[in-house]
Amino acid sequence: MLEKTMPKKIIATASLAGCFGCHMSLLDIDERILELIELVEFNKSPIDDIKTFTKECDIGLIEGGCCNDENVHNLIEFRKHCKVLVALGECAIMGGLPSLRNTIPLKECLDEAYLNGPTVADCNEQKIIPHDPDLPKILNRIYPCHEVVKIDYFLPGCPPRADLIWDALVALVTGAELKLEYSTFKFD
Amino acid sequence: MATFVKFTLNGKSCLAEEGQPLVAAAKECGVYIPTLCNYPGIPPKGACRICTVLINGLPATACTTKVVEGMNVQTSTPELEAFRMAVVEILFAEGNHLCPSCEKSGSCELQALAYRYRMTVPRFPYLFPKRDVEAWHPKILKDHNRCIQCKRCIRGIHNEAGQAVFAFGKRGDRVVINIDPETSKTVSDELAQQAMDLCPVGAILRKEKGFDVPIGRRKYDRTPIGSEV
Amino acid sequence: MEKTITAVIKKYNGDETRLMDILIDIQAELGYLADATVAQIAKTLNIPQVDVEQTVSFYHFFARQPRGKYTVYLNDSVVANFHGRAAVARAFEEAAGCAFEQVSSDGLIGLFDTACMGMSDQEPAALINDVVFTRLTPTRARELVAGMKAGKTVAQLHGNKYGDGQNAHPLIHSMVCNNIQRRGVMVFDDYEPGTAIKRVVTMSSNEVIAMVKAASVRGRGGAGFPTGMKWDFARKAPGDVKYIFCNADEGEPGTFKDRVILTELPQLVFEGMAIAGYAVGAKQGILYIRNEYRYLRAYLEQVLADMRNNNLLGPLTAGKAGFNFDVKIQFGAGAYVCGEESALIESAEGKRGEPRDRPPFPVEKGYLQKPTVVNNVETLCSVVKVMLNGADWYNKLGTEESKGTKVLSVSGDCAKPGIYEVVWGFTVNDILNMVGAKDVQAVQVGGPSGSCIGSSEFNRILAYEDLATGGSLIIIGQHRDLLKDVVLNFARFFREESCGSCVPCRALTGMAQVLLEKIIAGKGTAGDVENLRSWLPIMKHNRCGLGQTALNPVITTIKNFKGLYDQRIKAGDLRFAPSFDLAAAVKDYEAAVAEV
Repeated sequence: MLEKTMPKKIIATASLAGCFGCHMSLLDIDERILELIELVEFNKSPIDDIKTFTKECDIGLIEGGCCNDENVHNLIEFRKHCKVLVALGECAIMGGLPSLRNTIPLKECLDEAYLNGPTVADCNEQKIIPHDPDLPKILNRIYPCHEVVKIDYFLPGCPPRADLIWDALVALVTGAELKLEYSTFKFD
Repeated sequence: MATFVKFTLNGKSCLAEEGQPLVAAAKECGVYIPTLCNYPGIPPKGACRICTVLINGLPATACTTKVVEGMNVQTSTPELEAFRMAVVEILFAEGNHLCPSCEKSGSCELQALAYRYRMTVPRFPYLFPKRDVEAWHPKILKDHNRCIQCKRCIRGIHNEAGQAVFAFGKRGDRVVINIDPETSKTVSDELAQQAMDLCPVGAILRKEKGFDVPIGRRKYDRTPIGSEV
Repeated sequence: MEKTITAVIKKYNGDETRLMDILIDIQAELGYLADATVAQIAKTLNIPQVDVEQTVSFYHFFARQPRGKYTVYLNDSVVANFHGRAAVARAFEEAAGCAFEQVSSDGLIGLFDTACMGMSDQEPAALINDVVFTRLTPTRARELVAGMKAGKTVAQLHGNKYGDGQNAHPLIHSMVCNNIQRRGVMVFDDYEPGTAIKRVVTMSSNEVIAMVKAASVRGRGGAGFPTGMKWDFARKAPGDVKYIFCNADEGEPGTFKDRVILTELPQLVFEGMAIAGYAVGAKQGILYIRNEYRYLRAYLEQVLADMRNNNLLGPLTAGKAGFNFDVKIQFGAGAYVCGEESALIESAEGKRGEPRDRPPFPVEKGYLQKPTVVNNVETLCSVVKVMLNGADWYNKLGTEESKGTKVLSVSGDCAKPGIYEVVWGFTVNDILNMVGAKDVQAVQVGGPSGSCIGSSEFNRILAYEDLATGGSLIIIGQHRDLLKDVVLNFARFFREESCGSCVPCRALTGMAQVLLEKIIAGKGTAGDVENLRSWLPIMKHNRCGLGQTALNPVITTIKNFKGLYDQRIKAGDLRFAPSFDLAAAVKDYEAAVAEV
């Protein structure tokens, strides 16, 4: 059991162009979440459903890269409000599976998705590509987080193993050095 | 009868068969030198440079160097290790390496080296190059996104007539491995499997086969590459 | 098509090691190397298609698609751009109706970029169907295109104004100029062909090598390896068959001395090869010369024929019983890396110009796995003069470690670009005064693979012990944007010319360009500059000289012109990557939705 000697660290998390798998993995720390909650307090995060920053945070965990302007704004907000920013998982680190589109021009992707793809070709008679002003604008490619803001730490994995996330959080909270165990260090 | 030569490996006196590649000799002496383009039994090329060591104080690739009497070899210095890690990082940034969706993940030598060096993110800019996936061949699938141009397939895979099945095309950062439309016609299932096994990454795959080893039991799931030495 | 291919391949006895010649000849006949052509060549030679393709696709001048009835390769080097290349390119595009890297819709004119073509003292220059056109202007470009549209031959387009010296020789008839601004006491001194080789054959090969060693002749390509030692290794290497190569690939941007030497003094070069052949015990010499100098071909062949007639080559060379040395010409097809000796050998064997791993060195296992000496054009010239004037004479010239003279190719921002033969030991300042250079910001010494120095270093001397150089000096005026006009161009050059074999060279040349463009656009950070700088030790582990020096343009300017980088980088709050541009990133989306 970790000593509870200092004021609680404040954590925020976000899933940008990700699948929430990294967040699931965070929850996979199982009963250790009870320990964690003694040490930290969650702020803006899908886990507690706080939608906007209400405090300056110590640690920001980012899942996913940036595929649209909303991701970018969100990431910039996180950078502004978090002392330490961690890229969590392959998508945040290098774009991940969404970056499969990075070598294809956006126009071609949109055409395939909305106009010519086998599942839409017959039903999108008005040939609409969704573009309501309320919708986020799609970027020309997926940007890994560190191409948009400074990222302090990177935790690989798809998703990062729960044990790796745990080890990293403990290190961040206690200031101890993070030892990257071979068994938890994976890219898949 | 093989002649043996004496050489110094990391300060220790060692024996090797005369003319033996340094990588192999070091392995027999219990010293692991990371390799990527090298593969025992096929002619070395010195393309990836990761096996660079110091021989009598000067850098040279251990795969292309043959052991000679009195050679003084240093396989690991902070500079050499930093260089090796840089090579791994460069390769990850140079191609499109989406480990989560790759059949070779867990058994990939590039990935295994990245694990060994605990590479979290390459320090080099991601290039996201536009590359093809070539699926016309009946037995072989070539995913150029993952290719690291190590030339193992070029050097190691030949048809019954001894002719090349693979060769380089173009130059610089546009180099690409081409499959010969004629000589690859007679590629057997065994040869396709050999090509896949020879490929250090997931760039050459056998069609209709994949993901047959469960996560946890793949080659590098539990132990780092080089731990067998 | 089949007939042509069969005939050409027959001419080279179906020898796949002659693939370069085969491809050059077939392309000359058919215009380009179509899929079917490549397949047919492979079939006739009985080798896999991919093996033909690997060679074809390696070289800049081999075309897999039609490149126009008139193919214009316009130089895109730093110096060409100094002298108005961009405007010439625009004029060509407008007149021809197509952009660069394209062919006009009627298939008449193809426009292509090309790297420095050895004409830096008379830029902008272009190759049109292997004929060199120099000092182009937009008006001249429009005139040329009009001529093409009127169906003129390339000779008609060229006209009958020829350059100085042998450039006016009927077998050359080229507008190229020699611009020999300063004749030294060695290469460009008076010379009577044949006197040296006739003296040499009265000596033993041992004595010849001893003399070259005594004179401390060093390789003039840039690396400065002792020539006598190289010859000695090759002589002692076991084997009956040995080869002498003369390296006239001269691809280093800003270098053009070999072109002038081969125009004015080819006999001197061939005689040097014969001396090397005698010393080493080789019968065959091969002049490996870049494709850009193809306009010299007929002339050089004639010189060789004359030398054979005069018993300076061929059976009984120089009247010596048992000495039978001959020279053949091997053209390249556009690859800078082939200036590296083992890449040159690979290329001459019909393969990709990929440098080999060493050992074995070419002197042990070179061309066709036989002991091979590769010498620079100028090195061979030096040897002839050593044989004529003695080692002592030679040793009196130059500095402690650099004997003899050096032929410099001077270009860029100066009044008198051209060829200068000087003894080793001149300072950069001496040269700048000599060539009439004022307001100099920087000098690129030894081409892009050398170093870019500023005025604080202009007192350094040209010598192996200080500023070693293959002989090119590009002078960069104060008014130039050093990073954009020079460094970025060189970075692109190396990216284009890397063979692609070693990981660091293949990838970091391109990545350096990415970071450099970012910095030039004002979006880089101090971290980016530091990153670039830290790549130097990585590049040092590449296999060949090209790879090891490919980042020199960036590294040496970071070292010597740090202020220029500092001016451009973003400082301040770096929590937000200055290179990320949201407005640019959503542009494609806005365009796509605006369309529907």
